[in-house]
Amino acid sequence: MPKNLKLHYDISGEDYTRAGEASAQLKQVLRQLGLSSSIIRRVSIAMYEGEINMVIHANGGTIDVEIDSACVSLILKDTGPGISEIDLAMKEGYSTASESVRSMGFGAGMGLPNMRKHSDYMKIDSTPGVGTTVYMKIALGEE
Amino acid sequence: MSKNLHSVTLDSEKCKGCINCIKRCPTQAIRVRNGKASIIDERCIDCGECIRVCRNHAKLPIYDPLSTLDKYKYKVALPAPALYGQFNYLDNIDIVLNALLSFGFDDVFEVAKAAEIVSDRTRTIMEEDKALPHPLISSACPAVVRLIRVRFPELLSHLLPLNAPIELAARMALARVQAARPDLSREEIGIIFISPCAAKVTATRNPLSTERSEVDAVFAIKDIYPHLLSFMKTIALTGDEDIPEVQGAGRMGISWCGSGGESTALLSENYLAADGIENVIKVLEDLEDERLLELDFIELNACVAGCVGGILTVENPYVANTRIKKLRRFMPISLNHFTEAERGKIGWETPVRFDPVLKLSSDYSEALEKMQRLKEILDGLPGLDCGSCGAPTCATLAEDVVRGGAKESDCIFKLRDYVRGLVSDMNRLEGFIPPPFRAPDEPEPGQC
Ligand SMILES: Nc1ncnc2c1ncn2[C@@H]1O[C@H](COP(=O)(O)OP(=O)(O)OP(=O)(O)O)[C@@H](O)[C@H]1O
Ligand code: SF4
Ligand SMILES: [Mg+2]
Repeated sequence: MPKNLKLHYDISGEDYTRAGEASAQLKQVLRQLGLSSSIIRRVSIAMYEGEINMVIHANGGTIDVEIDSACVSLILKDTGPGISEIDLAMKEGYSTASESVRSMGFGAGMGLPNMRKHSDYMKIDSTPGVGTTVYMKIALGEE
Repeated sequence: MSKNLHSVTLDSEKCKGCINCIKRCPTQAIRVRNGKASIIDERCIDCGECIRVCRNHAKLPIYDPLSTLDKYKYKVALPAPALYGQFNYLDNIDIVLNALLSFGFDDVFEVAKAAEIVSDRTRTIMEEDKALPHPLISSACPAVVRLIRVRFPELLSHLLPLNAPIELAARMALARVQAARPDLSREEIGIIFISPCAAKVTATRNPLSTERSEVDAVFAIKDIYPHLLSFMKTIALTGDEDIPEVQGAGRMGISWCGSGGESTALLSENYLAADGIENVIKVLEDLEDERLLELDFIELNACVAGCVGGILTVENPYVANTRIKKLRRFMPISLNHFTEAERGKIGWETPVRFDPVLKLSSDYSEALEKMQRLKEILDGLPGLDCGSCGAPTCATLAEDVVRGGAKESDCIFKLRDYVRGLVSDMNRLEGFIPPPFRAPDEPEPGQC
């Protein structure tokens, strides 16, 4: 049984232009593992949306990825403002993004719904003023 | 034909084993081994970046010498529209086309003509075939098609499933010759492409979307350019009325040579046109993550500014594009209104398939293990991406090590650590020289 592959990414909240780099790097790894296109697509979209949220709403954080023979697990952790009403935040179209963030093309309120759509398991732990941790799992199926 | 035939070759005499090309390659296909650059065939997409960046001119594009013309009894030139942008003060395309005839061709069939037909078909497909994925990606640049094939498998289905204009032009030209001259055998007819680019050489010798290309030889624009110049001078002196009309394409077809040309011919504003291999990769990355889905069409050219920026051209691509704009000013939009029967085969005959060259192993758990090792090795490397090991980045070296093509000690910093370790081992060992061989005044180890 091979060991699980663990990867760690630090997401900077300083530089918007670098948002999405970690998911691009993970994508490369998944490709080298030879995972199917649909799995790669799902994992990278789920992680991308989470990564962007961390940069835009929470001033950065960390992402830990664990890959084993059955699934890809993602833990996205930040110490940002937290989400007070998670159910509301999960609704399509709900967004608190500022005007300047919207002008960059974010803020459609589709990030969290997309993460749920592309993952097989998703859980959000959030405490206002303390931070947010998002857990996601994507099963590899027949891989 | 071999699976991995490419249009780049190395002049080992000239190659100094510098690291310019390995750094520039968008698919990390080049390594320096034994002091010379070597290309990993399966990864090369023929974009020509290594040729462009090599200061020693050691990387050479492969194409046919002009003397190939003599091999054929009846020769047809297929000029790429980029050719027209190479000449200063040109105001009539027929001057170039007639110069091709003076050079020794028996007939000329413009690639721009076929491009208009491809555009026409694309418009129909986009309107009628709702089952095709959205947005469609142009399949005209062979380097882009090959890039997608090795790096973006999920986007393969977005490729416009039509043969590139050059292939269509070759078929139509051949049909025209065969109809007019039934006495000629196929071998006696030479269908010769006048190309701005080396990727298209590979695309004709080793096509992906069809079994066989009808292009028999490829000449470089830069080779034929000086010859055409001299013929053009004579032709231009004749006066416009006396220059035989050969031109067969309008604005639409001619504009294909610059980035955005193929898109504008679709008569829709909802497109994106990116040029230059790095920009192309960025767009593909976005598309892969389901961004840009609102667009109808994506035009991608590996070369900066489009095919006018191909490595076999003479002129600065921006200058060439400006000339094309002037040239086309008074031209009709399109000259091509073909009946179905007149059109050559236009759809792909063989699907373009994913080529998983990046995979570490075909067995998933083995790949996982290798990735684990790769990560460990990478953690131990200095992360300078200095290229001294012959691989473009530390990550590529780590990948080469797990694939079995390199050693960790290929890294000069690792090597230094080993050497240091060896030196201290040697020093220690020296202290253990047996008494009979020890110098008389040398104390026993441990004694003062
Ligand atoms: N990590 C986070 N920290 C704090 N708030 C967050 C975080 N992630 C999401 N939110 C909140 O949840 C809302 C909805 O998030 P979602 O990703 O669905 O939309 P968005 O980021 O506003 O817009 P889009 O993702 O479409 O660009 C956000 O507007 C924000 O208020
Ligand atoms: S952009 Fe044009 S010239 Fe450049 S590689 Fe692609 S097809 Fe060839
Ligand atoms: Mg979001």
